[in-house]
Amino acid sequence: MNALVPLVVIIPLVGAALTLVVGRRPRPQRIIAISALVVLVAIGVVMLVHVDQVGPLVMEVGGWAAPFGIVLLVDRLAALMIVVSAVVLLAVLVFSVGQGLADGDDETPVSIYNPTYLILTTGVMVAFVAGDLFNLYVGFEILLVSSYVLITLGGTESRIRAGVTYVVVSLVSSLLFLASIAMIYGALGTVTIAQIAQRIDELPVDVQILLHVMLLVAFGIKAAVFPLSFWLPDSYPTAPAPVTAAFAGLLTKIGVYAIIRVETVIFPGPELNPALMVLALLTMVVGALGAVAQADIKRILSFTLVSHIGYMILGVALGTVAGTAAAIFYIVHHIIVQTTLFLAAGLIEREAGSTSIMRIGGLAASAPVVAALFFIPALNLGGIPPFSGFLGKLGLFQATAEQGDALAYALIAAGALVSLLTLYALIRVWSLAFWRTADAVEGDESRLLRSVEEAPLSTSTVSGTRATPRLMTASTAGMVVVSVALTVFAGPIYGIADRAGQNLDGPRVYIQTVFPDQTEGGELE
Amino acid sequence: MTVSLVLVIVMSAMYACAVYLLLERSLTRVLLGFLLAGNATNLLILIMVGEAGLAPIFDPEIAPDEYTDPLPQALILTAIVITFAVSSFLLALIYRSWRLANVDDVSDDADDLALRGGAVLIEAEETAPEASTTDFPLDLEERR
Repeated sequence: MNALVPLVVIIPLVGAALTLVVGRRPRPQRIIAISALVVLVAIGVVMLVHVDQVGPLVMEVGGWAAPFGIVLLVDRLAALMIVVSAVVLLAVLVFSVGQGLADGDDETPVSIYNPTYLILTTGVMVAFVAGDLFNLYVGFEILLVSSYVLITLGGTESRIRAGVTYVVVSLVSSLLFLASIAMIYGALGTVTIAQIAQRIDELPVDVQILLHVMLLVAFGIKAAVFPLSFWLPDSYPTAPAPVTAAFAGLLTKIGVYAIIRVETVIFPGPELNPALMVLALLTMVVGALGAVAQADIKRILSFTLVSHIGYMILGVALGTVAGTAAAIFYIVHHIIVQTTLFLAAGLIEREAGSTSIMRIGGLAASAPVVAALFFIPALNLGGIPPFSGFLGKLGLFQATAEQGDALAYALIAAGALVSLLTLYALIRVWSLAFWRTADAVEGDESRLLRSVEEAPLSTSTVSGTRATPRLMTASTAGMVVVSVALTVFAGPIYGIADRAGQNLDGPRVYIQTVFPDQTEGGELE
Repeated sequence: MTVSLVLVIVMSAMYACAVYLLLERSLTRVLLGFLLAGNATNLLILIMVGEAGLAPIFDPEIAPDEYTDPLPQALILTAIVITFAVSSFLLALIYRSWRLANVDDVSDDADDLALRGGAVLIEAEETAPEASTTDFPLDLEERR
């Protein structure tokens, strides 16, 4: 079973190599990419079941034992994240294949899309299974470098502009992460997470807090925690729709995943928890207010993404089993729902030719399927019962109420308010883009007229119809089904999240997983 | 652990220059700032080796604490490769930005500027009846 651990990294990497080899032929490229991700989903599910029922999987790369060699480790949290990420990546890939087929994009820039996408998958998987900090850094770099390529895909002016912001901000966060690894190594003489956790108590408290803050800042930029979230709404919306969907769903959550590891395994102490709670509150409120002010669907969704990161940080900041469990469930819910909403935004863009809610209208009548595919995840994100968004928030609020002080109740109030503001922002999209009639939109022109005008003069027939390919709709519908299934099977999934949270109650379980031979407390020399 | 003061001073100077350059608007300066910051970080990892020692090639007659710690060197190598790849990508990005828009600047976001210009108003729906479809006087003064 342990052999499955490196496979989640190897399969997408080999897939990327193969897709590069067949780069000129789009059809085998698509088949290889999709089958690699299907296999990944299957492996993820097998690992999750195994890890949940039997115990964590550990792989010592090259046969070198833990503190000296590199450890790959899959516990409940990592397995859950692998399954959810693989499902989301698969759905987005199918969506982009549908889009590519319809547009006939067989030329050069798109032939690098599939390899880059698979390398992004590799980076995500490395980050999830990494058992030492430097490996985590390498995983982050793999996924970031491929995300640089994807966000500037095609190299148009607006994408370059947005890409520059994204690249520079990510570079700074990576350097901060690397510098904190250097300082941790200097202070403790190791980069293996389990060994850091064993030795961290030997350091004076002020040094601990310094290292803790450096790691949190580095991951906070990646997770888009206020005030480090400014880059996200500027850079995500300009990328191609499927790229934005994958980024929005996954990349920030990997930052949150790293923060969970830091807070539970490396620095389990409560020193910074109040500060994190205040940051969570600000992230929620500022993000939601930003969403209310925007007029573009993708930007509204980007701001709601920022604001909902606050909920996850809240769960982590509580420092209790219930809080961590609620945060893990919320991550799973949010990855799926946010990706679905961005895919739906891609469909809206295709149907209406724009994502500005000032310029589109009447979609409920002209595209009822898209309307349904937007409405269900929108309610879910807004936290309407009985959807998983409501369940996740309920779990978070219960865990927060256990703490019972003024800050906790302020956070519950803010959380409820932000949930309403999210709903308001999304309902505004609904009533303007879907509900009002098309002729209520100023300066609207008929879609048919536009497609005639846009059609190239050289072809005799009008080929420039903007009909939405069935594959795109199908993959979005698939994601909506998954998000509804998350509500239906919330019990078992919350159970896994709960057990994952119990595993992360302090570093003890993590250390035992990596060093099974050690007696309690004593370090192996 | 003993560290060389010269290395620490060089590292701080490089970090200081790097932060200054990274805060500039010009993309080329940002790139230079990134290169400086990357090398300063590599230097930081090197400083964490502590006192320099013998090359870490195993010899049974040498005591273990006389070797230099080889792990940070491996970390630096990896970091150098990553920094190199990313800076070449950044260079390509700057070139592309120059070719397309003739700018070498981190520009403001268009949507942000539009929002700053004023709130986007959603017009209220007309609720008063039109004169042609109603017999009631529309104006209050007429009604009197």
